[in-house]
Amino acid sequence: MRWNEMCYSGWGNALTVTGEVARPERMQGLAAQAPVPAIGNRRSYGDACTNGGARAVDMSRLDRVLSFDAETGLVEAEAGMPIGELARLFAPLGWMPTVMPGTGFATLGGCIAMDVHGKNHHIDGSFGAHVTAIKLVVAGKVKTVTPKTKTLFAATVGGLGQTGMILSATLQMKRCEGTGMEVTEQRAENWEEHIALLASSTAPYTVGWLDATASGSKLGRGIVEEAVSTAVEPQSAPKGASKSVPFNFPRFTLSKAIVRGFNKAYYLRIRDGGQTRIKPLEEFFFPLDKINNWNRLYGKQGFHQFQCVVPDASLDALKAMVEKIAKSGLASPLAVLKRMGPDAAGMMSFPMQGYTLAVDFRESPKARKLIAELNADTLQAGGRIYFAKDSLATEAEAKAMYPDWATWAGEANKADPEHALETDMTRRLGLRSV
Amino acid sequence: MSETWIILGASSSMARAFVRKLAESGHGLILTGRDKDDLARLSADCLARGAASCESLPVDARDASSFTPILAKAGLTEGTLSCAVFIGSMPDQSEIDADPSLIDGVIADSFTGPARFLQLLAPLMEERGSGTVVGVGSVAGDRGRLGNYVYGAAKAGFATYLSGLRNRMGREGVHVMTVKPGPVDTAMTWGLGKQPFMTTPDGVASDILKGLSKKRNVVYTAGIWRLVMLVIRNIPEPIFKKMSI
Repeated sequence: MRWNEMCYSGWGNALTVTGEVARPERMQGLAAQAPVPAIGNRRSYGDACTNGGARAVDMSRLDRVLSFDAETGLVEAEAGMPIGELARLFAPLGWMPTVMPGTGFATLGGCIAMDVHGKNHHIDGSFGAHVTAIKLVVAGKVKTVTPKTKTLFAATVGGLGQTGMILSATLQMKRCEGTGMEVTEQRAENWEEHIALLASSTAPYTVGWLDATASGSKLGRGIVEEAVSTAVEPQSAPKGASKSVPFNFPRFTLSKAIVRGFNKAYYLRIRDGGQTRIKPLEEFFFPLDKINNWNRLYGKQGFHQFQCVVPDASLDALKAMVEKIAKSGLASPLAVLKRMGPDAAGMMSFPMQGYTLAVDFRESPKARKLIAELNADTLQAGGRIYFAKDSLATEAEAKAMYPDWATWAGEANKADPEHALETDMTRRLGLRSV
Repeated sequence: MSETWIILGASSSMARAFVRKLAESGHGLILTGRDKDDLARLSADCLARGAASCESLPVDARDASSFTPILAKAGLTEGTLSCAVFIGSMPDQSEIDADPSLIDGVIADSFTGPARFLQLLAPLMEERGSGTVVGVGSVAGDRGRLGNYVYGAAKAGFATYLSGLRNRMGREGVHVMTVKPGPVDTAMTWGLGKQPFMTTPDGVASDILKGLSKKRNVVYTAGIWRLVMLVIRNIPEPIFKKMSI
């Protein structure tokens, strides 16, 4: 394998590292080589996908479907397969991945390592619940791990890649009617209404967009989207990734006034009584994927995403966090509020019964300070932050939020005694130092 | 009407991107290459993407006996038969300087091997009176340069061969298209630093299909290389020989 010393970062672009990266195009020899962390399309925001000063293997060119059964919906693919590509290939045949995160560029390996969730978490659980087998390299040997392989499976799903390199995996996909989604959008005028709409929704897919700049009586206002798969052909066919952000935008692009204006317009776009439209599947699940490199909108310094989940009982604490964010004036247009169900497939999985909030902040000392406060608030509220987004939590916080971390660390340390698979994130959070 | 494509060198990332698009259009495929495990994976991928059929066979450009089973398989297909050639090898020029015997292998992989295969396939395609040959050369074949002139010479030979084949087969309803990629983001260029006007394997595949739909004779990919090479070809030799580009 050829190693290329390069500068790279997670999706947030705020933490850039230099390290050697290989990008094999064939599987041959991969399992036998000295273990290093595997990375995918680097759609996690912080340092979960970086290994500064050391090596990493980019799996993105190992992206083939290895088998597909049109009767059962079982699909096996290599770890670098983007999840949106599975949807594109198989939705016309009536199957799509049961759980899809907010970007279709996330790879199969990455979805497992983060045990990602989708807009249907309250019904279908997290990604790992639909993984039936994982081909994992443990101590130089390829091992097939299934839900029956209890601890290793639960340590691998949501395991930040620390139990071994994921070569391929088998997924149980879910029936869909076709490539269209019937999407109903309605306005929520304030926090209480927003939560009530999310709580009462019976749709299979539900998500709330939050205007994180609105305050006072409008605090928590937003748009609740509910969707169901439909056989009706969507009107506008997706034209692939046609638009691209060609360079890092200057800082004023997302200035306070512009964000406020954008959010207001976005909110008012929805008619008072709500509206229903048929959208292409990609547009509903991966709304930002149409614009390549949209992270450059935040400029050279990059950005952070704060995402937490808090239990139902801590809704007031979550509201207080939204208030704090609104008052800070630091939020970007990208803010999401969602209800979560109780299911988590792995020891280190993010989901818990309650509500999750995700907000982007352009990198700045003020934003870091605010996120640090929000992290502390989350812990106080009995919630946790999402490792796929995090770049600023402390070791003490992470360990307190994930009570199973020590069991998990034991399992990871057994599979990788040399700590060869550690990344900048696991080192920062000391997740494997028992 | 069904169409079957023979792919020489299917394991290359450019070929992989191209055959996936063929598979999604429902064509039949005969994939050939040297890495058996990789071909099996690609074959499974193509079937899942909708290929009408997909077989994989070993090929070695330096061993003409490996062509026989492929040609036999091709003879059994029905309907239109097409072929795309992606094989080639590019050892570092400095390695060749150290061991000139490597030249034979480069010429065999990038020129004489594929040419011999196409020469054997030609009658079958002419008989059917349809189909396409896609030959992947390189911008390196447009002018001999300091950095890779042996590889360039092999690709130049292949391009000239394709031009003659086009002249012959065009009369019989078979279209021959020469593809000249500039730098492509593949394992070959990984770690070589930033390359000028680099395209992706997917970009090459799209350009090939676009070229085919327009029945183009010679396609540069990325397209800008047509212009770049026009300039480079026209630099007078007394000046060019002093340049290192």
